[in-house]
Amino acid sequence: MKHKTFFWFFLPTAMAMFLFIALPLVSVVSQSFHVPHDKVLITVENCDPFGCTSQTQIDHTLTQELYEAEPLGKWAGLGIYFDRGHLAIKEVGEMWRGSSDLGDFFSTLKNLPFYRAMGFTLTFTFVVTPLVILVGFLIALAVNSLHQRLKGLMIFFSLLPMIVTPLIGSLILFWMIDSRGIIGTGLQVLLENPDLSLKASTGLTWVTLIIYGIWHAAPFAFIVFYAGLQTVPKETLESAMIDGATRFQQIFHVVIPHLVPLVAFVALMQLMDNFRVFEPIIGFHAEAHATSLSWIIYNDLGGETRLLSSAATTSVLTIIGVSILLAPVLVRTWREFNPKG
Amino acid sequence: MLNKKIAFAIAFAALSSSVWAGCGIDGGRVSIVGNEFPAIQAVGSAAAECAGGGVEVTKNLTADHQKINVQGMTGNPAEYTTAIIANSSIVALMVDDVIRPLDDLVAKHGQDILKHQLVTVDGNIMAVAFMANAQHLVFRADILEQAGLNPPTTYEEMLVAAAIIRDMGLMQNPVGGAYKAGWNIAEEFVNMYIGHGGEFFEPGTAKVSINNQAGVDALHMMKALSHFMNPDYLTHDSNATSAEWKAGNVAIMNMWGSRVGPLKSDEVAAEVASNTDIAGPMTVGGGSIPAATLWWDGWTVAKNISDEDAEATFLAMKHAVRPEMLNDETSLLAVWLIDGYEPTTASRGVVAAAQMGTKPYPMVSYQGLLHSALGAEIIDFMMGKEDAVTALADVEAAYTAAATEKGYL
Repeated sequence: MKHKTFFWFFLPTAMAMFLFIALPLVSVVSQSFHVPHDKVLITVENCDPFGCTSQTQIDHTLTQELYEAEPLGKWAGLGIYFDRGHLAIKEVGEMWRGSSDLGDFFSTLKNLPFYRAMGFTLTFTFVVTPLVILVGFLIALAVNSLHQRLKGLMIFFSLLPMIVTPLIGSLILFWMIDSRGIIGTGLQVLLENPDLSLKASTGLTWVTLIIYGIWHAAPFAFIVFYAGLQTVPKETLESAMIDGATRFQQIFHVVIPHLVPLVAFVALMQLMDNFRVFEPIIGFHAEAHATSLSWIIYNDLGGETRLLSSAATTSVLTIIGVSILLAPVLVRTWREFNPKG
Repeated sequence: MLNKKIAFAIAFAALSSSVWAGCGIDGGRVSIVGNEFPAIQAVGSAAAECAGGGVEVTKNLTADHQKINVQGMTGNPAEYTTAIIANSSIVALMVDDVIRPLDDLVAKHGQDILKHQLVTVDGNIMAVAFMANAQHLVFRADILEQAGLNPPTTYEEMLVAAAIIRDMGLMQNPVGGAYKAGWNIAEEFVNMYIGHGGEFFEPGTAKVSINNQAGVDALHMMKALSHFMNPDYLTHDSNATSAEWKAGNVAIMNMWGSRVGPLKSDEVAAEVASNTDIAGPMTVGGGSIPAATLWWDGWTVAKNISDEDAEATFLAMKHAVRPEMLNDETSLLAVWLIDGYEPTTASRGVVAAAQMGTKPYPMVSYQGLLHSALGAEIIDFMMGKEDAVTALADVEAAYTAAATEKGYL
């Protein structure tokens, strides 16, 4: 392709990438380096239906002058990155010096919002991702071995968990696992423990969220692997059968090697998705036990307080986290497709 | 006592009355953003009556109003010409300086608005309040009677009553409460801390000071109460707590006045509905100020709109909360601060709260930051992972980080 042709062909894509990827990134990063100006506080008399009180308010004229001088806000550099709400360098240092051993250190680390969120996010990501791949693969094998007429129906039903909106799906399950809900009560009877509450214990809440995560994402892995199974060469399978390979041996030595590139693809998507875990936390009202980086961003942006710089900083940290997680898979894929390089 | 003003206004407002001669607007744009509970719906509908003849009235009433009102009023001209807000949420509008002082409009058109409805900040009228709300005691008369108890007036009595009800086998978890992690549990701490006589900030500064005896006592009382609650209490907001009440699982709780109506509606089992009764808020730790906060809801006018639109908005909103909007149906929706409102049985708890000298929720711009920090950091104490002093130190640290970022410290 001529350079000129290529340029005009690629221009729309480049424009879109610049507008929708590069610019927002620049905006988020620059926001994370700035904080609002110091508020000029004054004490004034406020009156409402219940009487008058003297309270501290913001002096708008003086605060406004600061903003006109520097509209972006006050330069904070990495200040927000290192504060207690994020990497908490100072607090972590104190904990390190104050703790007797590693276990003690990690248990005090959970007290800081960023590390608490990372604790859950990483556990969720590294438990859910392999299990989604495994469960998805098993479903794909099962459906693939069904009679042709049943397949369409089974594919439809297997996809249902992914069709349900995550927020709605988790909200429905939230009520079912309530200590007065059908699953909650069922477990109480089965385990003969009338005080059992899935929502009151941190461990059980994590288990619930993880099971939900697998349930929701398994159809994605299933449909990818199912498509892959249609391309497994019949000849190789037949020759394996003639050689006397059992079904397990056929799967292990023929099917799985054939599907490995797909495993990398599913792992890539799932690592990215699971690192951003968010809807189940809201749906299951699990903020007390489990938080994630996405939840922190949502919490900063919502409500009356709106910590924009904090949300921007957490967003940048999320991007860095996703990049670190994906690096090994990306490097491997790159090598596979460019054996010479 | 300053709070007697409200009680006085509620009780005697009926004595005076005024006549309204239509909306009286020549033209302009009225656009309302606000919460969606029934009382505000009624106000929105009443404002919409002013539409027509060059006047355009639109409304966006949603539970997410706080997420859109500041942005919706920042542009010039602003999308929303008025925001219906409460004493906690007006500060966000004032921090971003998007609402205008109403002194000239009140002088021109508002002589008949009651004096106590005018919310002033530093001498400027910034909002017109139209209803009051508070949390107070809600109890099951039949259960308390079976247990041989009077309705508790202190949280200590509430604990005793809960233990008796549980021991008698009447209910396993007789105490209710909106203790959901986040905003709700923070609100309960604010109540309990005020009840113990605590002050949130060092006077005249944004420096937090809650890690004290009042804070520790407040947390211990909340934990003691939680032992008599449904084990899932950290996931229960006002809706879920109301559902527990309707299901007949709860006998005593501290609940919003505006939430009591639905507990007595036809769809609730007769045994629960007919025995649901209310009383004033409870005190705690031997204090005389109730462990509760008073709230008002009111309307504001945007700054970045033309004077014509501002005048039209003022008149339409004034029309919406005029005395004539009160009837048998709307009177039950809220404790109105409007001229001519007569207290109903449903308003007894809020009126009692005002008479007992309950403090209003602090109208301070950085209170919201502390509220968020509380909602996130006291959970570890409630779950038994931390002691009270550590949890409060965490709250202070989280607040300090957020307030530093926002430029308050």
